Amino acid sequence: MGFLNDPFMVRALIAAALVGVTAPAIGTYLVQRRQAIMGDGLGHVAMTGVALGLVTNTSPVWMATLVAVVGAVAMETIRSRGRTSGDVALSLLFYGGLAGGVMIVNLGGSSTSKLLGPMFGSITAVAPEDVTAMALLAAFVLAVALGLRRQLFAVCQDEEFAKVTGLPVRLLNLLIAVTAAVTVTVAMRIVGLLLVSAMMVIPVAAAQRITRGFAATLGLAIGISLTVSLVGTTATYYLNAPSGAAIVLLAIAVFMALTAVSAPLARRRAAASRAAEEVCTRDDVTV
Amino acid sequence: MQSTPHEDEDPTVISLRGATASLGSRPVLRGVDLTVRRGEVVALLGANGSGKSTAVRAVVGQVPLTSGELSLFGTDFKRFRQWSRIGYVPQRTTAAGGVPATVREVVTSGRLTRTRFGILRRADKAAVEHALSLVDMEGHADASVNALSGGQHQRVLIARALAAEPELLIMDEPMAGVDLGNQEVLANAVRRQVEAGTTVLLVLHELGPLEPLIDRAVVLRDGCVTHDGPPPEAVGQHALPGHDHVHPHAAHDAEPLRTGLLS
Ligand SMILES: Nc1ncnc2c1ncn2[C@@H]1O[C@H](COP(=O)(O)OP(=O)(O)O)[C@@H](O)[C@H]1O
Ligand SMILES: [Mg+2]
Repeated sequence: MGFLNDPFMVRALIAAALVGVTAPAIGTYLVQRRQAIMGDGLGHVAMTGVALGLVTNTSPVWMATLVAVVGAVAMETIRSRGRTSGDVALSLLFYGGLAGGVMIVNLGGSSTSKLLGPMFGSITAVAPEDVTAMALLAAFVLAVALGLRRQLFAVCQDEEFAKVTGLPVRLLNLLIAVTAAVTVTVAMRIVGLLLVSAMMVIPVAAAQRITRGFAATLGLAIGISLTVSLVGTTATYYLNAPSGAAIVLLAIAVFMALTAVSAPLARRRAAASRAAEEVCTRDDVTV
Repeated sequence: MQSTPHEDEDPTVISLRGATASLGSRPVLRGVDLTVRRGEVVALLGANGSGKSTAVRAVVGQVPLTSGELSLFGTDFKRFRQWSRIGYVPQRTTAAGGVPATVREVVTSGRLTRTRFGILRRADKAAVEHALSLVDMEGHADASVNALSGGQHQRVLIARALAAEPELLIMDEPMAGVDLGNQEVLANAVRRQVEAGTTVLLVLHELGPLEPLIDRAVVLRDGCVTHDGPPPEAVGQHALPGHDHVHPHAAHDAEPLRTGLLS
Protein backbone atom coordinates (compact mmCIF):
# COMPACT_ATOMS: atom_id res chain seq x y z
CA MET A 1 0.00 0.00 0.00
CA GLY A 2 2.93 2.29 -0.74
CA PHE A 3 0.80 4.62 -2.80
CA LEU A 4 -1.00 5.73 0.36
CA ASN A 5 2.14 7.53 1.51
CA ASP A 6 1.63 10.15 -1.17
CA PRO A 7 -0.80 12.82 0.08
CA PHE A 8 -1.98 13.54 -3.49
CA MET A 9 -2.91 9.89 -3.80
CA VAL A 10 -5.00 9.96 -0.63
CA ARG A 11 -6.86 12.96 -2.03
CA ALA A 12 -7.26 11.20 -5.37
CA LEU A 13 -8.80 8.16 -3.69
CA ILE A 14 -11.20 10.29 -1.66
CA ALA A 15 -12.21 12.07 -4.85
CA ALA A 16 -12.59 8.73 -6.64
CA ALA A 17 -14.87 7.44 -3.90
CA LEU A 18 -17.03 10.57 -4.13
CA VAL A 19 -17.35 10.21 -7.91
CA GLY A 20 -17.93 6.49 -7.64
CA VAL A 21 -20.90 6.94 -5.35
CA THR A 22 -22.49 10.06 -6.85
CA ALA A 23 -22.33 9.39 -10.60
CA PRO A 24 -24.57 6.28 -10.66
CA ALA A 25 -26.75 7.65 -7.83
CA ILE A 26 -28.12 10.36 -10.11
CA GLY A 27 -27.32 8.42 -13.29
CA THR A 28 -29.89 5.75 -12.44
CA TYR A 29 -32.68 8.32 -12.77
CA LEU A 30 -31.30 9.64 -16.04
CA VAL A 31 -31.12 6.11 -17.44
CA GLN A 32 -34.63 5.35 -16.17
CA ARG A 33 -36.08 8.18 -18.22
CA ARG A 34 -33.72 7.53 -21.14
CA GLN A 35 -31.94 10.81 -20.70
CA ALA A 36 -28.41 9.52 -20.34
CA ILE A 37 -27.23 12.02 -22.95
CA MET A 38 -27.84 14.77 -20.42
CA GLY A 39 -24.75 13.92 -18.34
CA ASP A 40 -22.63 14.09 -21.48
CA GLY A 41 -24.07 17.45 -22.44
CA LEU A 42 -23.51 18.89 -18.99
CA GLY A 43 -19.89 17.73 -19.11
CA HIS A 44 -19.41 19.67 -22.34
CA VAL A 45 -21.10 22.76 -20.95
CA ALA A 46 -18.96 22.64 -17.81
CA MET A 47 -15.85 23.10 -19.98
CA THR A 48 -16.73 26.77 -20.30
CA GLY A 49 -16.79 26.98 -16.51
CA VAL A 50 -13.41 25.29 -16.16
CA ALA A 51 -11.94 27.68 -18.71
CA LEU A 52 -13.38 30.69 -16.90
CA GLY A 53 -11.88 29.37 -13.67
CA LEU A 54 -8.43 28.93 -15.26
CA VAL A 55 -8.43 32.31 -16.93
CA THR A 56 -9.75 34.28 -13.94
CA ASN A 57 -7.66 32.32 -11.43
CA THR A 58 -10.71 31.24 -9.46
CA SER A 59 -11.58 27.67 -8.52
CA PRO A 60 -12.33 25.68 -11.69
CA VAL A 61 -14.54 23.31 -9.66
CA TRP A 62 -16.87 26.05 -8.41
CA MET A 63 -16.88 27.85 -11.77
CA ALA A 64 -17.69 24.61 -13.55
CA THR A 65 -20.49 23.96 -11.05
CA LEU A 66 -21.96 27.40 -11.64
CA VAL A 67 -21.89 27.12 -15.44
CA ALA A 68 -23.13 23.50 -15.45
CA VAL A 69 -26.06 24.39 -13.18
CA VAL A 70 -27.05 27.24 -15.49
CA GLY A 71 -26.75 24.81 -18.43
CA ALA A 72 -28.86 22.22 -16.58
CA VAL A 73 -31.67 24.70 -15.98
CA ALA A 74 -31.59 25.63 -19.67
CA MET A 75 -31.63 21.96 -20.72
CA GLU A 76 -34.52 21.09 -18.44
CA THR A 77 -36.48 24.05 -19.78
CA ILE A 78 -35.89 22.86 -23.34
CA ARG A 79 -36.81 19.28 -22.41
CA SER A 80 -40.02 20.16 -20.60
CA ARG A 81 -41.24 22.15 -23.60
CA GLY A 82 -40.96 18.92 -25.60
CA ARG A 83 -40.32 20.69 -28.89
CA THR A 84 -38.89 18.77 -31.81
CA SER A 85 -36.44 21.62 -32.27
CA GLY A 86 -35.17 20.69 -28.81
CA ASP A 87 -32.41 18.50 -30.25
CA VAL A 88 -30.94 21.40 -32.14
CA ALA A 89 -31.14 23.67 -29.10
CA LEU A 90 -29.36 21.03 -27.01
CA SER A 91 -26.61 20.64 -29.62
CA LEU A 92 -26.01 24.37 -29.63
CA LEU A 93 -25.72 24.29 -25.86
CA PHE A 94 -23.41 21.23 -25.65
CA TYR A 95 -20.96 22.08 -28.37
CA GLY A 96 -21.15 25.78 -27.70
CA GLY A 97 -20.03 24.97 -24.16
CA LEU A 98 -17.09 22.85 -25.29
CA ALA A 99 -15.95 25.21 -28.05
CA GLY A 100 -16.45 28.18 -25.75
CA GLY A 101 -14.21 26.61 -23.14
CA VAL A 102 -11.37 26.01 -25.58
CA MET A 103 -11.70 29.51 -27.00
CA ILE A 104 -11.74 31.21 -23.59
CA VAL A 105 -8.60 29.38 -22.48
CA ASN A 106 -6.76 30.43 -25.64
CA LEU A 107 -7.90 34.04 -25.52
CA GLY A 108 -7.00 34.16 -21.84
CA GLY A 109 -3.41 33.31 -22.74
CA SER A 110 -3.42 29.79 -21.24
CA SER A 111 -2.52 26.63 -23.07
CA THR A 112 -5.28 24.32 -24.28
CA SER A 113 -3.32 21.43 -22.80
CA LYS A 114 -4.47 22.62 -19.38
CA LEU A 115 -7.91 21.34 -20.34
CA LEU A 116 -6.74 17.73 -20.75
CA GLY A 117 -6.88 17.04 -17.00
CA PRO A 118 -10.46 18.24 -16.59
CA MET A 119 -11.45 16.42 -19.79
CA PHE A 120 -10.12 12.95 -18.97
CA GLY A 121 -9.25 13.07 -15.27
CA SER A 122 -5.92 13.02 -13.50
CA ILE A 123 -4.91 11.69 -10.10
CA THR A 124 -2.43 14.49 -9.48
CA ALA A 125 -4.97 17.23 -10.11
CA VAL A 126 -6.95 17.00 -6.87
CA ALA A 127 -6.01 20.02 -4.76
CA PRO A 128 -6.80 20.04 -1.02
CA GLU A 129 -9.47 22.71 -1.53
CA ASP A 130 -10.98 20.55 -4.30
CA VAL A 131 -11.57 17.76 -1.79
CA THR A 132 -13.64 20.08 0.40
CA ALA A 133 -15.65 21.39 -2.54
CA MET A 134 -16.24 17.88 -3.90
CA ALA A 135 -17.32 16.55 -0.50
CA LEU A 136 -19.87 19.35 -0.13
CA LEU A 137 -21.19 18.85 -3.66
CA ALA A 138 -21.32 15.07 -3.22
CA ALA A 139 -23.30 15.46 0.01
CA PHE A 140 -25.87 17.49 -1.91
CA VAL A 141 -26.08 14.90 -4.69
CA LEU A 142 -26.59 12.04 -2.25
CA ALA A 143 -29.16 13.95 -0.20
CA VAL A 144 -31.22 14.43 -3.37
CA ALA A 145 -30.63 11.08 -5.11
CA LEU A 146 -31.14 8.91 -2.03
CA GLY A 147 -33.31 11.11 0.22
CA LEU A 148 -35.87 11.80 -2.49
CA ARG A 149 -35.55 8.42 -4.20
CA ARG A 150 -39.23 7.52 -3.99
CA GLN A 151 -40.36 10.85 -5.43
CA LEU A 152 -37.71 10.83 -8.16
CA PHE A 153 -38.55 7.22 -9.02
CA ALA A 154 -42.23 8.13 -9.39
CA VAL A 155 -41.43 11.10 -11.63
CA CYS A 156 -39.04 9.15 -13.86
CA GLN A 157 -41.30 6.09 -14.01
CA ASP A 158 -44.51 7.86 -15.09
CA GLU A 159 -44.46 11.62 -15.15
CA GLU A 160 -48.16 12.10 -15.83
CA PHE A 161 -49.19 9.78 -13.00
CA ALA A 162 -46.78 11.58 -10.67
CA LYS A 163 -48.40 14.91 -11.53
CA VAL A 164 -51.85 13.52 -10.78
CA THR A 165 -50.70 12.33 -7.36
CA GLY A 166 -49.80 15.95 -6.64
CA LEU A 167 -46.01 15.64 -6.62
CA PRO A 168 -44.22 18.89 -7.51
CA VAL A 169 -43.02 17.38 -10.78
CA ARG A 170 -41.58 20.51 -12.33
CA LEU A 171 -39.50 21.20 -9.24
CA LEU A 172 -38.31 17.59 -9.04
CA ASN A 173 -37.30 17.63 -12.71
CA LEU A 174 -35.31 20.78 -12.14
CA LEU A 175 -33.69 19.18 -9.11
CA ILE A 176 -32.65 16.13 -11.17
CA ALA A 177 -31.05 18.41 -13.77
CA VAL A 178 -29.23 20.53 -11.21
CA THR A 179 -28.06 17.46 -9.31
CA ALA A 180 -26.72 15.94 -12.53
CA ALA A 181 -24.81 19.19 -13.14
CA VAL A 182 -23.32 19.09 -9.67
CA THR A 183 -22.33 15.45 -10.16
CA VAL A 184 -20.50 16.37 -13.33
CA THR A 185 -18.24 18.71 -11.43
CA VAL A 186 -17.70 16.18 -8.63
CA ALA A 187 -16.45 13.84 -11.34
CA MET A 188 -14.33 16.44 -13.09
CA ARG A 189 -10.99 15.82 -11.34
CA ILE A 190 -10.77 12.03 -11.44
CA VAL A 191 -13.03 10.85 -14.28
CA GLY A 192 -13.03 13.94 -16.44
CA LEU A 193 -15.80 15.95 -18.03
CA LEU A 194 -15.87 14.04 -21.30
CA LEU A 195 -16.07 10.66 -19.55
CA VAL A 196 -18.33 11.48 -16.61
CA SER A 197 -21.44 10.42 -18.46
CA ALA A 198 -20.00 6.93 -18.81
CA MET A 199 -19.97 6.57 -15.02
CA MET A 200 -23.60 7.72 -14.85
CA VAL A 201 -24.66 5.09 -17.37
CA ILE A 202 -22.35 2.06 -17.55
CA PRO A 203 -22.54 0.93 -13.88
CA VAL A 204 -26.35 1.20 -14.10
CA ALA A 205 -26.46 -0.78 -17.33
CA ALA A 206 -24.14 -3.37 -15.78
CA ALA A 207 -26.19 -3.67 -12.58
CA GLN A 208 -29.49 -4.16 -14.37
CA ARG A 209 -28.11 -7.21 -16.16
CA ILE A 210 -28.76 -9.11 -12.95
CA THR A 211 -31.32 -7.04 -10.99
CA ARG A 212 -35.10 -6.92 -11.20
CA GLY A 213 -35.89 -3.82 -9.14
CA PHE A 214 -35.04 -0.15 -9.05
CA ALA A 215 -33.58 0.03 -5.54
CA ALA A 216 -31.48 -3.06 -6.22
CA THR A 217 -30.18 -1.53 -9.45
CA LEU A 218 -29.36 1.74 -7.73
CA GLY A 219 -27.51 -0.03 -4.91
CA LEU A 220 -25.55 -2.39 -7.13
CA ALA A 221 -24.65 0.36 -9.60
CA ILE A 222 -23.18 2.41 -6.75
CA GLY A 223 -21.24 -0.64 -5.55
CA ILE A 224 -19.81 -1.35 -9.01
CA SER A 225 -18.95 2.27 -9.66
CA LEU A 226 -17.26 2.77 -6.29
CA THR A 227 -15.17 -0.35 -6.82
CA VAL A 228 -14.00 0.48 -10.33
CA SER A 229 -13.29 4.10 -9.36
CA LEU A 230 -10.99 3.06 -6.51
CA VAL A 231 -9.33 0.25 -8.47
CA GLY A 232 -8.92 2.43 -11.56
CA THR A 233 -7.42 5.28 -9.58
CA THR A 234 -4.95 2.94 -7.90
CA ALA A 235 -4.02 1.35 -11.22
CA THR A 236 -3.38 4.81 -12.64
CA TYR A 237 -0.75 5.39 -9.93
CA TYR A 238 1.33 2.65 -11.54
CA LEU A 239 0.32 3.15 -15.18
CA ASN A 240 0.63 6.92 -15.59
CA ALA A 241 -2.52 7.17 -17.72
CA PRO A 242 -5.53 9.48 -17.37
CA SER A 243 -7.53 8.03 -14.47
CA GLY A 244 -10.87 8.52 -16.24
CA ALA A 245 -9.84 6.24 -19.07
CA ALA A 246 -8.77 3.46 -16.68
CA ILE A 247 -11.97 3.74 -14.62
CA VAL A 248 -14.29 3.74 -17.63
CA LEU A 249 -12.55 0.76 -19.23
CA LEU A 250 -12.87 -1.16 -15.96
CA ALA A 251 -16.58 -0.31 -15.80
CA ILE A 252 -17.01 -1.64 -19.33
CA ALA A 253 -15.21 -4.85 -18.32
CA VAL A 254 -17.66 -5.28 -15.42
CA PHE A 255 -20.55 -4.66 -17.78
CA MET A 256 -19.32 -7.37 -20.15
CA ALA A 257 -18.68 -9.81 -17.31
CA LEU A 258 -22.20 -9.34 -15.92
CA THR A 259 -23.67 -9.64 -19.39
CA ALA A 260 -21.94 -13.00 -19.78
CA VAL A 261 -23.19 -14.13 -16.37
CA SER A 262 -26.74 -12.92 -16.96
CA ALA A 263 -27.42 -14.67 -20.27
CA PRO A 264 -28.02 -18.11 -18.72
CA LEU A 265 -29.96 -16.42 -15.91
CA ALA A 266 -32.28 -14.73 -18.39
CA ARG A 267 -32.76 -18.00 -20.29
CA ARG A 268 -33.79 -19.76 -17.10
CA ARG A 269 -36.26 -16.99 -16.24
CA ALA A 270 -37.77 -17.07 -19.71
CA ALA A 271 -38.19 -20.84 -19.45
CA ALA A 272 -39.90 -20.41 -16.07
CA SER A 273 -42.36 -17.88 -17.43
CA ARG A 274 -43.09 -20.09 -20.45
CA ALA A 275 -43.92 -22.89 -18.03
CA ALA A 276 -46.29 -20.54 -16.18
CA GLU A 277 -48.08 -19.73 -19.44
CA GLU A 278 -48.54 -23.40 -20.21
CA VAL A 279 -50.44 -23.80 -16.97
CA CYS A 280 -52.78 -21.00 -18.03
CA THR A 281 -53.66 -22.51 -21.40
CA ARG A 282 -54.33 -25.87 -19.82
CA ASP A 283 -56.80 -24.13 -17.48
CA ASP A 284 -58.54 -22.61 -20.46
CA VAL A 285 -59.04 -25.97 -22.08
CA THR A 286 -60.70 -27.49 -19.05
CA VAL A 287 -63.30 -24.70 -18.78
CA MET B 1 -60.66 2.40 5.19
CA GLN B 2 -62.95 4.39 2.93
CA SER B 3 -63.36 7.89 4.21
CA THR B 4 -66.90 8.52 5.34
CA PRO B 5 -68.99 10.54 2.93
CA HIS B 6 -69.43 14.09 4.15
CA GLU B 7 -73.17 14.67 4.00
CA ASP B 8 -72.75 18.42 4.04
CA GLU B 9 -70.33 18.38 1.14
CA ASP B 10 -71.24 18.91 -2.49
CA PRO B 11 -72.20 15.48 -3.88
CA THR B 12 -70.72 16.39 -7.26
CA VAL B 13 -67.29 14.80 -7.51
CA ILE B 14 -66.46 15.79 -11.09
CA SER B 15 -68.02 18.73 -12.86
CA LEU B 16 -66.83 19.55 -16.35
CA ARG B 17 -68.84 22.29 -18.09
CA GLY B 18 -68.53 23.26 -21.74
CA ALA B 19 -64.96 21.99 -21.92
CA THR B 20 -62.99 22.61 -25.09
CA ALA B 21 -59.42 21.50 -25.60
CA SER B 22 -57.00 21.20 -28.50
CA LEU B 23 -54.03 18.95 -29.08
CA GLY B 24 -51.62 20.53 -31.48
CA SER B 25 -53.88 22.70 -33.57
CA ARG B 26 -56.68 20.14 -33.63
CA PRO B 27 -59.81 20.72 -31.49
CA VAL B 28 -60.34 17.43 -29.65
CA LEU B 29 -62.98 18.40 -27.08
CA ARG B 30 -65.68 20.66 -28.43
CA GLY B 31 -67.91 21.60 -25.50
CA VAL B 32 -68.04 18.53 -23.27
CA ASP B 33 -70.29 18.42 -20.19
CA LEU B 34 -69.52 15.64 -17.75
CA THR B 35 -70.85 15.32 -14.23
CA VAL B 36 -70.06 12.48 -11.85
CA ARG B 37 -71.73 12.35 -8.44
CA ARG B 38 -70.56 10.65 -5.29
CA GLY B 39 -70.87 6.87 -5.47
CA GLU B 40 -71.70 6.77 -9.19
CA VAL B 41 -69.99 4.51 -11.71
CA VAL B 42 -69.87 6.32 -15.03
CA ALA B 43 -68.54 4.80 -18.24
CA LEU B 44 -67.14 7.02 -20.97
CA LEU B 45 -67.67 5.33 -24.32
CA GLY B 46 -66.93 6.19 -27.92
CA ALA B 47 -64.99 5.16 -30.99
CA ASN B 48 -61.21 5.41 -31.18
CA GLY B 49 -60.13 9.01 -31.46
CA SER B 50 -63.44 10.41 -30.17
CA GLY B 51 -61.65 12.19 -27.33
CA LYS B 52 -62.20 9.86 -24.36
CA SER B 53 -58.62 9.89 -23.15
CA THR B 54 -58.38 13.61 -23.69
CA ALA B 55 -61.54 14.16 -21.65
CA VAL B 56 -60.21 12.06 -18.79
CA ARG B 57 -56.80 13.74 -18.93
CA ALA B 58 -58.55 17.11 -18.86
CA VAL B 59 -60.40 16.02 -15.71
CA VAL B 60 -57.11 15.26 -13.96
CA GLY B 61 -55.55 18.48 -15.19
CA GLN B 62 -53.17 17.00 -17.76
CA VAL B 63 -54.77 18.67 -20.77
CA PRO B 64 -55.39 22.41 -20.41
CA LEU B 65 -58.89 23.59 -21.23
CA THR B 66 -59.14 26.34 -23.80
CA SER B 67 -62.56 27.20 -22.39
CA GLY B 68 -65.08 25.78 -19.96
CA GLU B 69 -65.01 25.01 -16.28
CA LEU B 70 -63.74 22.15 -14.19
CA SER B 71 -64.22 21.48 -10.52
CA LEU B 72 -63.28 18.43 -8.46
CA PHE B 73 -64.97 17.61 -5.15
CA GLY B 74 -66.73 20.96 -5.33
CA THR B 75 -63.44 22.88 -5.57
CA ASP B 76 -62.53 24.94 -8.60
CA PHE B 77 -59.67 23.18 -10.38
CA LYS B 78 -57.23 26.07 -9.88
CA ARG B 79 -57.55 25.75 -6.13
CA PHE B 80 -57.79 21.95 -6.01
CA ARG B 81 -54.92 20.31 -4.07
CA GLN B 82 -56.40 17.14 -2.59
CA TRP B 83 -54.87 14.79 -5.10
CA SER B 84 -54.77 11.88 -2.70
CA ARG B 85 -58.56 11.61 -3.08
CA ILE B 86 -58.09 10.60 -6.73
CA GLY B 87 -56.71 7.33 -8.05
CA TYR B 88 -55.70 7.61 -11.71
CA VAL B 89 -55.05 4.72 -14.08
CA PRO B 90 -53.71 6.13 -17.36
CA GLN B 91 -54.17 4.36 -20.66
CA ARG B 92 -51.49 1.69 -20.66
CA THR B 93 -48.47 2.22 -22.84
CA THR B 94 -45.90 -0.41 -23.67
CA ALA B 95 -43.01 1.99 -23.14
CA ALA B 96 -40.87 0.62 -20.32
CA GLY B 97 -38.43 2.67 -18.27
CA GLY B 98 -34.72 2.28 -18.83
CA VAL B 99 -34.21 0.69 -15.41
CA PRO B 100 -36.14 -2.33 -14.12
CA ALA B 101 -38.65 -1.82 -11.31
CA THR B 102 -40.49 -4.32 -9.17
CA VAL B 103 -44.26 -4.52 -8.91
CA ARG B 104 -44.08 -3.34 -5.30
CA GLU B 105 -41.91 -0.34 -6.20
CA VAL B 106 -44.40 0.78 -8.84
CA VAL B 107 -47.39 0.31 -6.54
CA THR B 108 -45.60 2.17 -3.74
CA SER B 109 -45.27 5.21 -6.01
CA GLY B 110 -49.07 5.48 -5.84
CA ARG B 111 -48.92 5.76 -2.06
CA LEU B 112 -46.56 8.76 -1.91
CA THR B 113 -49.49 11.16 -2.07
CA ARG B 114 -50.51 9.95 1.41
CA THR B 115 -47.04 10.31 2.92
CA ARG B 116 -45.02 13.22 4.22
CA PHE B 117 -41.81 13.65 2.21
CA GLY B 118 -42.12 10.11 0.87
CA ILE B 119 -41.42 8.47 4.22
CA LEU B 120 -43.36 5.21 4.42
CA ARG B 121 -44.87 4.35 7.78
CA ARG B 122 -46.29 0.99 8.70
CA ALA B 123 -49.78 1.98 7.57
CA ASP B 124 -48.41 2.99 4.17
CA LYS B 125 -46.66 -0.34 3.69
CA ALA B 126 -49.83 -2.14 4.73
CA ALA B 127 -51.84 -0.11 2.21
CA VAL B 128 -49.42 -1.10 -0.55
CA GLU B 129 -49.71 -4.78 0.35
CA HIS B 130 -53.49 -4.44 0.52
CA ALA B 131 -53.59 -2.83 -2.92
CA LEU B 132 -51.49 -5.71 -4.28
CA SER B 133 -53.89 -8.24 -2.80
CA LEU B 134 -56.92 -6.42 -4.26
CA VAL B 135 -55.66 -7.29 -7.74
CA ASP B 136 -54.22 -10.67 -6.77
CA MET B 137 -50.63 -9.61 -7.37
CA GLU B 138 -49.15 -10.22 -3.91
CA GLY B 139 -47.37 -13.30 -5.28
CA HIS B 140 -45.63 -11.14 -7.91
CA ALA B 141 -44.64 -8.24 -5.66
CA ASP B 142 -40.92 -8.71 -6.26
CA ALA B 143 -41.18 -9.50 -9.95
CA SER B 144 -39.99 -6.98 -12.51
CA VAL B 145 -42.88 -5.12 -14.16
CA ASN B 146 -41.14 -5.54 -17.52
CA ALA B 147 -41.64 -9.31 -17.27
CA LEU B 148 -45.43 -9.14 -16.84
CA SER B 149 -48.15 -9.88 -19.37
CA GLY B 150 -50.39 -7.04 -20.52
CA GLY B 151 -53.16 -8.07 -18.15
CA GLN B 152 -50.85 -8.35 -15.17
CA HIS B 153 -49.34 -4.98 -15.99
CA GLN B 154 -52.79 -3.44 -16.01
CA ARG B 155 -53.47 -4.97 -12.60
CA VAL B 156 -50.30 -3.30 -11.31
CA LEU B 157 -51.41 0.10 -12.60
CA ILE B 158 -54.75 -0.33 -10.85
CA ALA B 159 -53.06 -1.39 -7.61
CA ARG B 160 -50.87 1.72 -7.89
CA ALA B 161 -54.01 3.87 -8.04
CA LEU B 162 -55.69 1.96 -5.20
CA ALA B 163 -52.64 2.28 -2.93
CA ALA B 164 -53.72 5.82 -2.06
CA GLU B 165 -57.17 4.54 -0.99
CA PRO B 166 -58.86 7.06 -3.29
CA GLU B 167 -62.49 8.17 -3.14
CA LEU B 168 -62.56 8.67 -6.89
CA LEU B 169 -61.08 6.16 -9.29
CA ILE B 170 -60.45 7.32 -12.86
CA MET B 171 -59.44 4.59 -15.30
CA ASP B 172 -58.63 4.87 -19.00
CA GLU B 173 -59.40 1.62 -20.87
CA PRO B 174 -58.53 -0.71 -17.99
CA MET B 175 -59.66 -3.73 -20.00
CA ALA B 176 -57.82 -2.98 -23.25
CA GLY B 177 -55.55 -5.81 -24.31
CA VAL B 178 -56.41 -7.81 -21.18
CA ASP B 179 -57.26 -11.50 -21.49
CA LEU B 180 -60.45 -12.86 -19.95
CA GLY B 181 -58.89 -14.27 -16.80
CA ASN B 182 -57.29 -10.93 -16.01
CA GLN B 183 -60.51 -9.08 -16.91
CA GLU B 184 -62.31 -11.05 -14.21
CA VAL B 185 -59.68 -10.17 -11.63
CA LEU B 186 -59.92 -6.50 -12.58
CA ALA B 187 -63.72 -6.52 -12.57
CA ASN B 188 -63.71 -8.07 -9.08
CA ALA B 189 -61.28 -5.44 -7.81
CA VAL B 190 -63.43 -2.63 -9.22
CA ARG B 191 -66.60 -4.22 -7.86
CA ARG B 192 -65.16 -4.28 -4.35
CA GLN B 193 -64.21 -0.61 -4.62
CA VAL B 194 -67.69 0.30 -5.80
CA GLU B 195 -69.26 -1.65 -2.95
CA ALA B 196 -67.08 0.29 -0.53
CA GLY B 197 -68.50 3.54 -1.94
CA THR B 198 -65.76 4.61 -4.34
CA THR B 199 -66.86 6.85 -7.20
CA VAL B 200 -65.66 5.59 -10.60
CA LEU B 201 -65.17 7.22 -13.99
CA LEU B 202 -63.82 4.82 -16.55
CA VAL B 203 -63.17 4.84 -20.25
CA LEU B 204 -64.29 1.66 -21.96
CA HIS B 205 -64.24 0.47 -25.50
CA GLU B 206 -66.98 -2.06 -24.82
CA LEU B 207 -68.92 -2.63 -21.63
CA GLY B 208 -67.65 -6.15 -20.98
CA PRO B 209 -67.58 -7.73 -17.53
CA LEU B 210 -67.99 -4.35 -15.81
CA GLU B 211 -71.43 -3.82 -17.31
CA PRO B 212 -73.47 -4.75 -14.20
CA LEU B 213 -71.63 -2.09 -12.18
CA ILE B 214 -72.25 0.82 -14.51
CA ASP B 215 -74.88 3.38 -13.49
CA ARG B 216 -74.57 5.72 -16.41
CA ALA B 217 -72.82 5.98 -19.73
CA VAL B 218 -71.56 9.07 -21.50
CA VAL B 219 -70.82 8.59 -25.18
CA LEU B 220 -68.40 10.83 -27.04
CA ARG B 221 -68.22 11.33 -30.75
CA ASP B 222 -65.72 13.69 -32.36
CA GLY B 223 -65.27 15.53 -29.09
CA CYS B 224 -68.98 16.01 -28.38
CA VAL B 225 -71.29 14.18 -25.97
CA THR B 226 -73.94 12.30 -27.97
CA HIS B 227 -75.50 10.32 -25.13
CA ASP B 228 -75.65 10.75 -21.36
CA GLY B 229 -77.89 8.29 -19.55
CA PRO B 230 -78.44 4.60 -18.96
CA PRO B 231 -75.76 2.37 -20.45
CA PRO B 232 -76.60 1.45 -24.03
CA GLU B 233 -78.39 -1.88 -24.19
CA ALA B 234 -75.95 -4.45 -25.48
CA VAL B 235 -77.44 -6.79 -28.02
CA GLY B 236 -76.21 -10.35 -27.78
CA GLN B 237 -73.96 -9.35 -24.91
CA HIS B 238 -72.50 -12.19 -22.89
CA ALA B 239 -74.45 -11.54 -19.75
CA LEU B 240 -72.32 -12.04 -16.67
CA PRO B 241 -68.63 -12.61 -16.31
CA GLY B 242 -67.70 -16.23 -15.97
CA HIS B 243 -70.45 -17.63 -18.16
CA ASP B 244 -70.00 -19.16 -21.58
CA HIS B 245 -67.02 -17.09 -22.46
CA VAL B 246 -65.07 -18.03 -25.49
CA HIS B 247 -61.90 -16.24 -26.48
CA PRO B 248 -62.45 -12.50 -25.96
CA HIS B 249 -61.39 -11.47 -29.44
CA ALA B 250 -63.55 -14.13 -31.03
CA ALA B 251 -66.51 -12.94 -28.96
CA HIS B 252 -65.84 -9.39 -30.01
CA ASP B 253 -65.65 -10.25 -33.69
CA ALA B 254 -68.76 -12.41 -33.64
CA GLU B 255 -71.02 -10.13 -31.69
CA PRO B 256 -70.05 -6.49 -31.49
CA LEU B 257 -72.21 -4.16 -29.42
CA ARG B 258 -74.93 -3.18 -31.86
CA THR B 259 -76.07 -0.04 -30.18
CA GLY B 260 -75.19 2.38 -32.91
CA LEU B 261 -73.59 4.49 -30.23
CA LEU B 262 -70.19 2.95 -30.35
CA SER B 263 -69.52 2.87 -34.05
N1 LIG C 1 -50.57 14.49 -28.52
C1 LIG C 1 -51.48 14.65 -29.49
N2 LIG C 1 -51.30 15.59 -30.44
C2 LIG C 1 -52.22 15.76 -31.43
N3 LIG C 1 -53.35 15.08 -31.54
C3 LIG C 1 -53.59 14.13 -30.61
C4 LIG C 1 -52.68 13.86 -29.55
N4 LIG C 1 -53.20 12.87 -28.78
C5 LIG C 1 -54.37 12.53 -29.35
N5 LIG C 1 -54.62 13.27 -30.45
C6 LIG C 1 -55.81 13.21 -31.29
O1 LIG C 1 -56.92 13.59 -30.52
C7 LIG C 1 -58.03 12.79 -30.82
C8 LIG C 1 -58.61 12.22 -29.56
O2 LIG C 1 -57.67 11.39 -28.97
P1 LIG C 1 -58.02 10.55 -27.68
O3 LIG C 1 -58.60 11.44 -26.64
O4 LIG C 1 -56.79 9.80 -27.31
O5 LIG C 1 -59.12 9.54 -28.20
P2 LIG C 1 -59.69 8.21 -27.58
O6 LIG C 1 -59.11 8.05 -26.21
O7 LIG C 1 -61.16 8.40 -27.56
O8 LIG C 1 -59.28 7.11 -28.50
C9 LIG C 1 -57.57 11.72 -31.80
O9 LIG C 1 -58.01 12.07 -33.06
C10 LIG C 1 -56.06 11.78 -31.72
O10 LIG C 1 -55.53 11.51 -32.99
MG1 LIG D 1 -57.82 6.58 -25.41
